[in-house]
Amino acid sequence: MAGKTMTRAELAEAVYQEVGLSRNDSAALVETVLGEVSDALVDGETVKISSFGSFSVRQKGQRIGRNPKTGEEVPILPRRVLVFRPSHVLKDRINK
Amino acid sequence: MTRSELISRVSQRYPELYQREVERVVTTIFDEIAGALARGDRVELRGFGAFSVKSRDARTGRNPRTGEPVDVEAKTVPFFKTGKQLRDRLNGHDGG
Repeated sequence: MAGKTMTRAELAEAVYQEVGLSRNDSAALVETVLGEVSDALVDGETVKISSFGSFSVRQKGQRIGRNPKTGEEVPILPRRVLVFRPSHVLKDRINK
Repeated sequence: MTRSELISRVSQRYPELYQREVERVVTTIFDEIAGALARGDRVELRGFGAFSVKSRDARTGRNPRTGEPVDVEAKTVPFFKTGKQLRDRLNGHDGG
């Protein structure tokens, strides 16, 4: 899909237009919102945003991977990964 | 953490703002992301992650209870890829 890419700048502009705060405050708030979501996830919390979706952290065990180029076996260490589950509202909106 | 907890955590960092302004900020952010995805656009938030949409072909699924085949229509689903900095923080490396 050769669509456009939205970044922080456009989100901050939307907040500026919608809420009527200064451009500086709008940009700072976008940062704070993303920061609070990130901090909660790093603390192991699940973040549920109604009508958008939920972010949760899943623990993965160690497994044996393979270097696709050399075929060499390499251990993939246990790690925590983030999983996003979109809500039905979001899925429906995307399929309209 | 729910949407309302997110709003109160952000509000604590901005005592000079009304909670209802912070609420509109949070709503605007997720609504803008959803809108971009509905248009088929990507949303790239460096350090946090990137939202995009993926197309799924039509397929014949099965009712897991009865084993009966059912047609599943082609659809577009939202997708989230965790950003490098957040992925590192989840695994204890402080990406700053």
